[in-house]
Amino acid sequence: MKTGPLPRHLLSFLLLMLISLPLHADHLIMVRAHKPLAATLGQLRQAIQKQGYTVSRVDMVNIGLLGMGYTSNKYRAVFFGKAGELDELAQKYPRLVPYLPLRIAVFAEGDSTLLVTINPSTYGSFLPAEKPAELLNRWQKDIEEILSHVSR
Amino acid sequence: MQDNRIRLHFSIAIFLLFIIPLCSVSAAPDGARLFAMNCAACHGDRGNGGIGIPLSLPDFLGSVTDEFLFQTIRHGRPGRIMPSFRHLSNEQIDAIVSYIRNLTPVKVNLLPEGATGDPEKGRDVFARKCARCHGPLGKGGAGTGVNFTRLHNLPIVAPGLNNPGFLAAASDRIIRTTLLRGRSKTPMLPAAKMGLTIQDVDDVVSYIRSFEKGFQQSKNSATRSIEPTLLTSSKLPFDATVEKIKRAISAQRLRIIRSHSLDDGLVPQGSENKKRQVIFFGNLHQINTLLAIDPRMGLFLPNRITIMEQSDGKVLVAAVNPLRFGQLFNNANLEYTARELHNTYSTILGEITE
Repeated sequence: MKTGPLPRHLLSFLLLMLISLPLHADHLIMVRAHKPLAATLGQLRQAIQKQGYTVSRVDMVNIGLLGMGYTSNKYRAVFFGKAGELDELAQKYPRLVPYLPLRIAVFAEGDSTLLVTINPSTYGSFLPAEKPAELLNRWQKDIEEILSHVSR
Repeated sequence: MQDNRIRLHFSIAIFLLFIIPLCSVSAAPDGARLFAMNCAACHGDRGNGGIGIPLSLPDFLGSVTDEFLFQTIRHGRPGRIMPSFRHLSNEQIDAIVSYIRNLTPVKVNLLPEGATGDPEKGRDVFARKCARCHGPLGKGGAGTGVNFTRLHNLPIVAPGLNNPGFLAAASDRIIRTTLLRGRSKTPMLPAAKMGLTIQDVDDVVSYIRSFEKGFQQSKNSATRSIEPTLLTSSKLPFDATVEKIKRAISAQRLRIIRSHSLDDGLVPQGSENKKRQVIFFGNLHQINTLLAIDPRMGLFLPNRITIMEQSDGKVLVAAVNPLRFGQLFNNANLEYTARELHNTYSTILGEITE
């Protein structure tokens, strides 16, 4: 069957509808994984890679926490992104750069682990009228998938 | 023929336009799933508390109405970690409320409305009996409830009563009932055990309600738009900007922790864009102070400044605007330290501004 221009318009129309669906309004997304920090980090790395991202760095944020009298020192920040995407964003949206690469803070609370990240829809409010809506929607979907995988 | 195809495709589009929202409306929202997605990280899977208050306590569920729960979810507690869930529909919130109700099925039993109290007398009682946990101005206990700042043998962080979200949700009857009955398994004692009379309680209710008068002013400042990013154009070439920023950081008695390309770790080693550098800096005291106020601050620690040479040769310098942290984390306790940090960033960026 010949594919004319109309089905593409139909697809664009439907895609536009999907992109226009309301995003989550909270600034942060936080989930709890019922496993220790080390196991959570392992699963998080896998989930990030499965969504097509590269983990660029895992920072230890906890240096000196025990010395300060805190009850937990198990704290990491996991950075991830896609090669090329970052460069393009830095050029087009320099306001976003301090929030990139994407990151998830991971810290132990008792026997479970909390994971927290900025809700990508928040980035939309950082930008002027012309926003990379498709990209923000993808980040949203991917991050929700990653966190849902880890918290399962 | 072509006209018929156009009509057919438009009919499909219009049909889908109507059917998609209908699908989401007709399926009853799943309260358990919504609770797991939106609430369990803080309140626990079965509402037994953690960062957020324990919702399953019979004393809690018996002294709050569905409307209180609904409005709390909808509006949150501005500045007190609990976010507003504006993106949820009324039906979804109702489903969560039903789920919370079923955590511990108890009958809501509110005490009757009290006599009109005297807010001035209530202020004195509050200062003597309530301020120790709820804070001198009723803003709530310190900390987020995460165990960096709080031992887990404390059941909850005392809620903020001087809070627009709380007062929009809580009726005077709810506040009065809580005061008179207390909440078992929390530090909240019944009024009689604190040595309070019925009149004292009514005075305190009146004082707590009087907090509403101060909200308009704080609402105006809260809705003020704060730039998310400190972005400035450098008067110097890229390398000179990097050096100048490093010197400015050291002049603030802050340690440079590391510095690397923005795409470090994302692209093969050696192919990084060297004209986009991130400088990480800070000191242990500052990092730990911020983590103590809100452990989620680790997302932005240590401090970082990015220097970028754009395709037109312009050198831009960018950092997160710490003044945005209070809004981002819904934590008013961050505001003082964030202001200090903002001053530090401004001084550093001021060194290279055109």
